[in-house]
Amino acid sequence: MIKSELVLKIAEQNPHLYQRDVENIVNSILNEITSALANGDRVELRGFGAFSTKKREPRIGRNPRTGEQVDITGKVVPSFKQSKDMKARLNMEPEKVQKKTPSKERAKSA
Amino acid sequence: MSSRTITRADLYEAVYARVGLSRTESAALVELIIKEICDALATGETVKLSSFGSFIIRSKTERMGRNPKTGVEAPITPRRVMVFKPSNVLKARINGLTVEDEEE
Repeated sequence: MIKSELVLKIAEQNPHLYQRDVENIVNSILNEITSALANGDRVELRGFGAFSTKKREPRIGRNPRTGEQVDITGKVVPSFKQSKDMKARLNMEPEKVQKKTPSKERAKSA
Repeated sequence: MSSRTITRADLYEAVYARVGLSRTESAALVELIIKEICDALATGETVKLSSFGSFIIRSKTERMGRNPKTGVEAPITPRRVMVFKPSNVLKARINGLTVEDEEE
């Protein structure tokens, strides 16, 4: 799924919004996350995951082909950790996922 | 510098401030967007958000691991994990660089 497909999906579920508005909303979410990370802040979205930044110190690398030494400047890299909920959801057995709703109904009828 | 944690509430506020919708509706839309992304990922689909990054589901095979505390060997079961690959635009913005791609 790419951004435009996501926007389309959301717009279909919200007929009162223009596609342009939905795109604006998606972009403001991504922008908020980006600027938070640029500020050195963490972004935690329960049930999805957490974004943070890690600092990389400057170091001396080597061009693997020529063996030449290269100075590598320090930088900040973004990092992401999936949430426990997402981890569980990705690793649920297909039968278990389907069982979730029927078991509730069974409990009611019993 | 004080490092704070941005949460869903901040995203609601960001959407509310930029788009002319009510607070309730802004919050509902943020939730819907996150839900749609999660649903796509749960099916194993990759989600690519241009100028931000991609969320990819990787399947890991079984391998032998070790309990770091006791040193006892234990098998690590095959699993699916979600990884994030940041785009060059995101990496540049985090390092305070401007990219031509991002005008506004």
